[in-house]
Amino acid sequence: MSHFLEFRSITKTFPGVKALSDVSFAVDRGQVHGLLGENGAGKSTLLKILGGEYIPDGGQVMLDGTERHFTRSRDSIDAGIAIIHQELQYVPELTVMENLLLGHLPTRFGFVRRGEAIRWTRDNLQRLGVDIDPLARLIDLSIGQRQMVEICKAVLRDATVIALDEPTSSLSHRESEILFRMIRDLKARGKALIYISHRLEEIFELCDGCTIFRDGRKVAEHHDLSQITRDQLVQGMVGREIKDIFDYKPRALGEVAMTVQNLSGKKVPTPATFSVRKGEILGFFGLVGAGRSELMRLIYGADVRATGTVELDGIKGNITSISQAIHSGLVLCPEDRKQEGIVPGRSVSENINISCRRHYRRAHFFVNDSAEAGTAEGYIKLLRIKTPSRHQEIRFLSGGNQQKAILARWLAEQDLRVLIIDEPTRGIDVGAKNEIYQVLYGLAEKGVAVIMVSSELPEVLGVSDRIITMCQGRITGELNRTDANERNVLTLALPVSAPTPAAAPVTA
Amino acid sequence: MQTTPTQVQPLPAEPTSASANPPSAPPPPGRSAGQQKLIKFASDYSIILIFLVLFVVLSFNVEYFFSFTNMKGLALSVSQIGMVACTMMFCLASRDFDLSVGSTIAFAGVLCAMIINSTGSIVLGVGGSLLAGAAIGLFNGFTIAKLRINALIATLVTMGAVRGLGFIASHGQAVGISNEAFFNLGNNDLFGMPIPVLFWIGCVVVFGVMLNKTVYGRNTLAIGGNPDAARLAGVAVDRTRIYIFLIQGVVTALAGIILASRITSGQPNAGQGFELDVIAACVLGGVSLAGGRATISGVVVGVLIMGMVQNAMNLKNIDAFYQYEVRAAILFVAVLIDQLKNRGKTS
Ligand SMILES: Nc1ncnc2c1ncn2[C@@H]1O[C@H](COP(=O)(O)OP(=O)(O)OP(=O)(O)O)[C@@H](O)[C@H]1O
Ligand SMILES: [Mg+2]
Repeated sequence: MSHFLEFRSITKTFPGVKALSDVSFAVDRGQVHGLLGENGAGKSTLLKILGGEYIPDGGQVMLDGTERHFTRSRDSIDAGIAIIHQELQYVPELTVMENLLLGHLPTRFGFVRRGEAIRWTRDNLQRLGVDIDPLARLIDLSIGQRQMVEICKAVLRDATVIALDEPTSSLSHRESEILFRMIRDLKARGKALIYISHRLEEIFELCDGCTIFRDGRKVAEHHDLSQITRDQLVQGMVGREIKDIFDYKPRALGEVAMTVQNLSGKKVPTPATFSVRKGEILGFFGLVGAGRSELMRLIYGADVRATGTVELDGIKGNITSISQAIHSGLVLCPEDRKQEGIVPGRSVSENINISCRRHYRRAHFFVNDSAEAGTAEGYIKLLRIKTPSRHQEIRFLSGGNQQKAILARWLAEQDLRVLIIDEPTRGIDVGAKNEIYQVLYGLAEKGVAVIMVSSELPEVLGVSDRIITMCQGRITGELNRTDANERNVLTLALPVSAPTPAAAPVTA
Repeated sequence: MQTTPTQVQPLPAEPTSASANPPSAPPPPGRSAGQQKLIKFASDYSIILIFLVLFVVLSFNVEYFFSFTNMKGLALSVSQIGMVACTMMFCLASRDFDLSVGSTIAFAGVLCAMIINSTGSIVLGVGGSLLAGAAIGLFNGFTIAKLRINALIATLVTMGAVRGLGFIASHGQAVGISNEAFFNLGNNDLFGMPIPVLFWIGCVVVFGVMLNKTVYGRNTLAIGGNPDAARLAGVAVDRTRIYIFLIQGVVTALAGIILASRITSGQPNAGQGFELDVIAACVLGGVSLAGGRATISGVVVGVLIMGMVQNAMNLKNIDAFYQYEVRAAILFVAVLIDQLKNRGKTS
C-alpha cells in the first residue's frame, strides 16, 4: 500500500501475443527500479501502459495510493509521468529548442519569445551538462545527441515518475555518464525511476532493485542488487548460463577482401585508408560523432564522396553506388533502425526479403513467394525473432526483434564478401547477442570480411580481430586484438589527448 | 518566429504533482484479442462492407438501378477512372501524387483526334497519343525523382501546361474525328462487355499482379513505407518512381484515347476534376496517402462506389450542380476514413 508507484497483476494481450501476464512490482520515491528481460519480454509494453498508450486488459496501476486509468498520453503526462521511449519521438526538422518546448509553447497570442526560449534552453542544457546547440535541427545531430535531447525533454518536465526505455542504447560512454549523473540527481530529489536496459553493468550501477521478465511473466524480483551476481541475472533472463558472451576463437585470415583508399566526404573530411581481409572481423570504435557511420555510408555508396575509391578483391574498378555495392557482395546494415532500417507497415517477411529477393525472383520480375517464405522462416528461427508469424507488420515487433529482422535482411544475402554492420547489437538482449556473435563468426569462417561499428567497447574488444579507432572524422589508430585493451583503445578514440607513440602504431 | 512583447513564459508548464490531480475516469473496458481481431477485420474490409450495403440499399431504393443494362452502363461510366486509378494506386503507394492525369486525358484525346484526321491512320493516332502520355509521365517522374521537386508542385505544373497544350493544339475547339472505325473502340461490345470496361478489367488484372507478385510492386510499397530504408536496402528508388509516373502517363493517355472514341471527338475540356475523382476512388479504396499501403481490390471497390453514387444520382435525376457536392462529400469521407485508420494504428 505504501508504495508510490505500483503495478498490480497487469495483463496485456495483442493478437497472437501475450505481451504481459499478471505482472506486479512497485517503485518508491528516491528509487531506481530496473526492468530486465529478453527481447519481446514485455518491458516496453509495460511502459506504454504507464504512458497511457496501451490500455491493459487487466490489473491496476496505482500511483500514490490511488488507482489510475491512463487512457491517453495526456492523462499520464498530467499525472506527472515522463517516459523516454525506446523508439524516439522527436520532430527531426525542428530545432533542439523547439523539440524541448514542443507542446509547452504558450499559444494564447500565437507568438513565441524566441530570445527567451533560446536562453532557457541553453541554460537548462548547460545545467544538465549537455553540450548541444539549442538551434541545431535534430536531423543534423547524431543519434546519441538526439537521444540526449529526448532525455532532457523528459527531465525538464519535472515529472515525479520518470521511465527510461533503453536510453543508453545509442549513447556514447561519455553521454551515458552524463545521463547517469542526471539519474542520480533525480533520485536524490525523490523521483521514482524505472530503468530498462540490456546492459547489466548499468543495472548494477544505477538500480536499487530490479524485476526480470520472461515471455510476459515476472520470473524474479530483486530488492538488493548487492546480493546478486551478474550471472544470476543472466540466468534469470535467458534461462540458461552464458559463460563468455563473446566466446571468441582465433580464425585463419585470408587475403585482402576490400581496400578503401583516401575516402572522404562531407562528414569525413580527412581521407581514410584501410583494408580488411577475408575472414576478418574488423571493429571500428569511436565516440558517437566520430564519423564511423558516415565513413561506412561512404564506402557503401550511400553518400556523396569527395575523394577516394573502394575496391573489392576479384571485382574490377571502384564501387560507387549502393546497387553496385550490393551486387558485388558489399552490404551495410545501418545504424538507425527506425529511420534507415525498417519499412514499418510491411511484414517481417517483406522486411527480411527486400534485398535478397533478387536471388529468387522469376523472370527478373516476379517474386518467388515460397522461397521468400523459406528465407523468412529460416531467419526467424535462427535469430529467434519473436513474432506471431512472418506476416506480422514489423512495427509491432519489440525493438530488439526489429533489429534482428534487419540483421536477417543482410545475413540472407548470398555471395556476401564484405558485411558492414553498424551497431549490430543495439537493443539486443544478452542471450541474443551471444547468438549474433556466433553468426558473425560463422560468416567470417566462410571467408566473409566483417566490419563492425560499435560504441560498446567491451563488444569491440571481445569480438574483433583488429580494431580501428576514429575521432572527429579521422582514423586515429589501429590495434591488433592482442595489443588492444580498454585503455589504449579509448586513448586513441578520445579527442583531447594526442595518441601516445607507445599506444598508437601507424595511422593508416 | 517573431519577437513580441507578449508575456509568454517559455518554460514548460509544470502542473505535475501526482497527488494534486484527481484520479481519472472509470476504466474503459480492455479489449480482448478476439475483439481486436474483429476490429482489425472490420477496418481492413470496412470499405467492402460499405460497398455491399450501399449496393443493396440502392438496389432497393433506386428504380432501374439493379439491372444488367444499368450495371453495364455504370461500369462503362467509370471505366476511365478505373483504369487510371490502377496506376494512381502505385503513385500514392509510393507516397507520391499526380494531379496531371485529367489534363493528360484531354490532351491525349485531342492529339489522337488530330493525328487521325490529318493522317487517316488510327494506329498513328493511338501510337502518337500514347507516346505523348509517356513523355508527360517521364517528365513528371524525372522532375520528382531526380530534381526532387515535390510531386504536388511538379504535377500541378504539368497539369496546367498539358491542359494548355490541349487548348493550343485544338484552338479551344472540340476536334471531331473523321474516321468512324475509331469509334468502335469506345462504343462496341466484345464478349458482351463494352470494350472500355474490358480495358479496365485488363488494367485491374495487370496492375493487381504487378502490385502483389512483382518486385516492382513490392518495391513501390517499400518506397512508400520508408524511402530511406528502401534506398539503403538497394531498391532503385529513383528508377522505380520514374517508372511509376511513366506507366501512369501511358495508361492515362490510353484512357484519354478511349474517352475520345466514346465521345467521338477530342475535347480539350475533357477530364476536368478527373484527377480528384481518381484519387478519391483510391483513398476510398484504402490506399494510404501516407504511402506504403494499397490493395487492388480496395481500389476497384472505391471506383465502383464512386460510380454507383454517380449513377444513382443520375437515375434519381439529381441536378448536376448537387452532384459536385456529393462527390466532394465522398472525397471528404474517404480522407476522413484514411485519417481515422491511421490514428487507430499509431495508438
Ligand atoms: N502494438 C502491438 N501489436 C502487436 N504485438 C505487439 C505490439 N506491441 C508489442 N507487441 C508484442 O508484445 C511483445 C512484447 O513487446 P515489448 O516491446 O514490450 O518487448 P520488450 O521487452 O520491450 O523487448 P525489447 O527488449 O526487444 O525492446 C512482443 O512479442 C511484441 O511483438
Ligand atoms: Mg522494448
